[in-house]
Order: sequence, then C-alpha cells, then structure tokens
Amino acid sequence: MEKSPAHKKIDEKFPDAVLDAHAQHGDETLIIRKDAILDVAQLLKEDPELQFNFLMDLTAVDYIGRQPRFEIVYIFVSIPNSTRLRVKLQSDDLYPTVKSLTPLWETANFLERECYDLYGIRFDGHPNLTRIMLYEGFEGHPLRKDYPKKKRQPLIGPGAKSSHKH
Amino acid sequence: MEFLKNPSQPGPPEDGQIITTRFDKVLGWARKYSQFVYPFVTACCGMEYMSVASSHYDLDRFGTAFPRFSPRQSDVIWVVGTISHKLAPLLKRIYDQMTEPKWVIAIGACASCGGPYDNYATVQGIGTIIPVDIYVAGCPPRPEAIIEGVVKLQKMILESKQMWKVGAP
Ligand code: SF4
Repeated sequence: MEKSPAHKKIDEKFPDAVLDAHAQHGDETLIIRKDAILDVAQLLKEDPELQFNFLMDLTAVDYIGRQPRFEIVYIFVSIPNSTRLRVKLQSDDLYPTVKSLTPLWETANFLERECYDLYGIRFDGHPNLTRIMLYEGFEGHPLRKDYPKKKRQPLIGPGAKSSHKH
Repeated sequence: MEFLKNPSQPGPPEDGQIITTRFDKVLGWARKYSQFVYPFVTACCGMEYMSVASSHYDLDRFGTAFPRFSPRQSDVIWVVGTISHKLAPLLKRIYDQMTEPKWVIAIGACASCGGPYDNYATVQGIGTIIPVDIYVAGCPPRPEAIIEGVVKLQKMILESKQMWKVGAP
C-alpha cells in the first residue's frame, strides 16, 4: 500500500514510530509506538502541509482477552485540508500510562479525564487527572470489559455506602 | 339567627345559595387547581415536557401551567428523564427543600424504573430515593399521557386528607 503523506512525514522524522498502518473506506489508521505520541501529535499539528489542527476525539478500547489488551485511539482532523487521521496506541499494562496531549490541545484536558474515568488510562503530564463523568468515591472504571455488569455504587438510596458524603 | 333579631338584615338565603361541604374538600379543590410545578428535566422526555408545557396543550386548564424553578415555591415536582447516581443526591435535596404539602410525578420509563438503562450509572427509578405519587409510563410518554398523570394527581389531591394550619405552629 502506498504510504500516506502523514505516514511519510512521520517516518522521515521518527523512523521507528509507526508500527503499522491501514486504511478503510478512505479513513487512514496509524498504529504508533506508545511513547512517541506527543512528538507525533506535535508533528501532525505543526507541519505546514499536514495541519492536523483539531483533536476531534480521544478514547480507548478494551479488547479483553487479546494481547495487547488496550488501545488508545486519537482522531485528528485537519480543518484546512478536510482530512482525518486515526492514530492508535497499544498497551498491555493493566493501567496504561501515555503522555498527555494537553500541551498541544486544551481539549485534551477533558477528553483525557473522560478516558481516565471510564477506562483507567493514566495520562502523564495532565494538569488535573480526576474523574469527570462519575463521582468521587466511585471504584473502578466501568467501560472496562471486566467491570461487573451488575455492580452499582449509588450515593444515596438502597445499597449506598454510608461513607459517601453529600 | 341574626336576621330574626334584626329585621333590617337580608332575609334567609334562598334555595341553592348555600352549599354544605367539608373544609378538606374545599381546600383540596383549591389545591388541585393551583399546582406550581418544579420541572426536573434531565433527558429526552424533556421534549415531551416542552410540548405539553407549551400553549398547544394548555396546561392552564388544570391549573398546573406555571413552572417554578425554586423548590420552595413549588407544590409538585415533575421528574422528567433519566436520573444518574451522580444526580440522585441533588434530586433528593431539591425534594427536601420543597414545602409541604408536596407531590411527585415520575414521567417516563427512566424516572419510573430506570427505563432502558440498567447499568452502573442510572438510578433504577426515583422511587428508590423519594416517594412518588404518580408514575407516567412511556418512552417518552405522549403529552396526553402526561396530562392524564396530572388529572390523576388532581383526583388524588382532592380525595386526600389535607394538611393545613392556621397561625404559627
Ligand atoms: S423514558 Fe425514554 S424518552 Fe424518557 S428519558 Fe428515558 S430514554 Fe428518554
């Protein structure tokens, strides 16, 4: 497969960063070494031709039973070029730690907090990595596939822990 | 009888001018037509709330058209939509702040029983947190169903024992 412009640029600057690449229905995906994400994202954002200036989404997938178990997914959009690029990182740690993109995009702040809250991914360098959807005192990360389906942690009402204050 | 002692007073009332009733009934009749609603609207059912609260369905026919966004000024709280565990303490606090007498209508499947969301985030019916008087079924309920709930509540108010006090407690 012909390398895309983004793939070529990353290969030029960080030769061992791209582990794999594929495209489907015109949407391109690059799988990147986990520790290279901040450099690669900076290149994608600041390169005068690529101009991926918008971090559209940041999430994770729990492929339980597979190795590596977790994938962290970034969707970058170039508004001037009308292109989008999916970048994935893979990790088999129970609590993967990746570098925060908050130095590049303010929006990464809330997206990473959500990802931390629901998947337990740690973001190194995030200014305030706390829960955003759920509440203080919530145990575990409910979008992980091993979170018990029937587990409830109400703040008040039946089943509430008395230690919760409100 | 005053008019016997003082003939200048008007004569005895004629037929149909006096109605005997119970004080509870009169108070209930007044109360059922003057419900200030606290709309606790959280999710998609809110669309039907907006529809029913707008002029087309004319809630003023039931004396319940006036939304009050202060719990202390409202008589009935309409819980419209999904309630998450994070929100539950706030719903309880708002209910606690309402002055007696007060009523609760749970509108829609989510408020009544959790609806389609049997998961870590959603309260399985507000009945687990606060006492509910009327449940309105539907996902979302049609405006007519909500109005039926209002009418049922009116009936309930009219028939219940009224709380009242004169002067300082
Ligand atoms: S009952 Fe249905 S329409 Fe109403 S809030 Fe729940 S999901 Fe939305």
